Amino acid sequence: MNAIEFILAGMLAAATPFLLAALGELVAERAGVLNLGVEGLMAFGAVIAFIIVYHGGGHFLAFIAGGLGAALLSLIFAVIVLGFNANQVATGLAIGILGQGLSALFGKSYESLTVRALPKIAIPGLSEIPVIGGLFVQDIVVWLSLAATIAIWAMFAYSKVGLIIRAVGENPKAAHAIGYPVIAIRFAAVAFGGMLAGFAGAYAATIYTPLWADGMIAGRGWIAIALVVFGTWLTGRIFLGACLFGAVSLMGLAAQATGLDVPSQLLACLPYLVTIIVLGIISADRRLLKLNGIASLGEPFER
Amino acid sequence: MSRTFLVLPTLVRRERASLAATLLAPPIALIVTVILNLGLYVVMGRDPAAVVYAMLIEPFVSWASFSEVLLKTGPLLLIAQGLAIGFRAKMFNIGAEGQFVLGALFASAIPIWWPAATGQWIWPAMLLLGTIGGAFWASLTAFWRVRLNANEILVSLMLSFVAVQLLNYLLLGPWKDPNGFNFPQSVMFQYDAMVPILIEGTRVNVSLILALLLSIAAWVFMQKSFIGYKLQVGGLAPRAASYAGFTESRAIWLSLLIGGAAAGLAGAAEVAGPLGQLQRSISTGYGYAAIIVAYLGGLHPIGIIISAIVMAALYIGGDNAMVSANLPVAAVRVFQGSLLLGYLVAIAFSRYRLAWRPAATRSAT
Repeated sequence: MNAIEFILAGMLAAATPFLLAALGELVAERAGVLNLGVEGLMAFGAVIAFIIVYHGGGHFLAFIAGGLGAALLSLIFAVIVLGFNANQVATGLAIGILGQGLSALFGKSYESLTVRALPKIAIPGLSEIPVIGGLFVQDIVVWLSLAATIAIWAMFAYSKVGLIIRAVGENPKAAHAIGYPVIAIRFAAVAFGGMLAGFAGAYAATIYTPLWADGMIAGRGWIAIALVVFGTWLTGRIFLGACLFGAVSLMGLAAQATGLDVPSQLLACLPYLVTIIVLGIISADRRLLKLNGIASLGEPFER
Repeated sequence: MSRTFLVLPTLVRRERASLAATLLAPPIALIVTVILNLGLYVVMGRDPAAVVYAMLIEPFVSWASFSEVLLKTGPLLLIAQGLAIGFRAKMFNIGAEGQFVLGALFASAIPIWWPAATGQWIWPAMLLLGTIGGAFWASLTAFWRVRLNANEILVSLMLSFVAVQLLNYLLLGPWKDPNGFNFPQSVMFQYDAMVPILIEGTRVNVSLILALLLSIAAWVFMQKSFIGYKLQVGGLAPRAASYAGFTESRAIWLSLLIGGAAAGLAGAAEVAGPLGQLQRSISTGYGYAAIIVAYLGGLHPIGIIISAIVMAALYIGGDNAMVSANLPVAAVRVFQGSLLLGYLVAIAFSRYRLAWRPAATRSAT
């Protein structure tokens, strides 16, 4: 298998944690709430899911519990920023620290243990195509994440629910005036975002690299937040961005396999460096950010 | 909408911020956090009395352990003072961890390249170089923000991850101690590379004085100087500040360079102080803890001195609890996170008061 085949085959699975967390953050941000706690929410979801799979609870239950756990933690965030109008940046950081702390605490006795991942499902016919065939051999969660991407895109593009969420994010006063419960909708959006972050962590810890280690989320939550900016709050571009990061995180492995003499630390830096560079390129076009940006992002809503 | 019988507590904005609530918020948050975390330890099957003693009392009962608290206060105080200036200008540099690491790297260059050098100039030069290193790392974020409009939160944080990898690279490669049994650490620094000890018999060194001096400087800068005033106005009302002729880009550069320099100085003082060599373990989360210290101190230079001591005691207490009450180190992170959350809730009451009134009247206002 050459490097291109290797990257194509692994890209979607590597992209899935980024994608799920970024989609969740997208929904919260569309409703006007900036949740910087994603890293901690992912870690919390990851440890819960890992513990359940380790004790034989199965992946389905693990994802449900990891998602619910992270959603509960994100509800604490919601109560503080929506109920008490606290600074969203500071509260998000605090939730991030708390989530990482709780995950390290609960995961203490599971450090470096492994579990069995889910089998990959090959789509007959498509998976036999040379070079790109690897794209069609994925585990079920990858396929479900793709479905979720399309569902969220369709929700914002066509449904009334999507329209209401956007109204709440763009102009909460107007949304309130025509009778929508702004705070309740923001609560729901944050909880949904937390749940997806929990799924993202569960995927990272029980399927992508099925082992538990403190700090294993390694900045993926932060990259997911950056992805929302890269994607200029558009679902399709967020998906492409997640694939880019999936590929970048595999490039390190691919480079080592081909025997390139590059320090492993430089390869480990790659996702962060790419984030910094892409963030600069996208943000430099202020028009683009203004066009799709969310008017009331981070602002508390007061009647 | 017309369920007038439902009485809910609502937050009503105060006419003016309550000073009492502002001052009471940190201690109340601390008490609530202690209670919540004790509950967690009980659930985990630990003896709460032993934890309370190890975490909250032991750091203060002996001079030996209190001096360790002071030792940890230095870096937290330095970093938090620098960050708070930026936070008041609404410039969220959360990459102090990386700036701290770069400060340590820059400072270590002198004793690693000239291990035999002697003279009283070495440690001051290291501190200066570390300050430059931290400011340099922060300047990358400032450049990205000013020139490319990139979000400073994300860029500064990503740079922290890069900084840790840079540290790993140097310690596993060119800067590894050749006689160090392959441990990822540098040579031990020579005597003149060490900052002077302040209190005989302890590890408390000159950097604590530097941190206190910087606190006074921060107070003068924020409360008395015109630039500091303009920075704060810029944070509260960006438009007013730009009318007054203070550009946003200058505020960004200033906030980030101050924050980076302070964090870099703290990093340099760490390798030239208690560590005496460059190690992987220099990045222990001071940069993140300092964010909490800054907020808990109300972003006020005096408040930050108190909150830095509290946070330092928490670190030492956490270490104690790890030994005597068998509590994982991660408990300290949980405590830190919940402390900041508790503070953010408590401080809301300086701007709002609780009012009990029927739900329906809320939508009428």
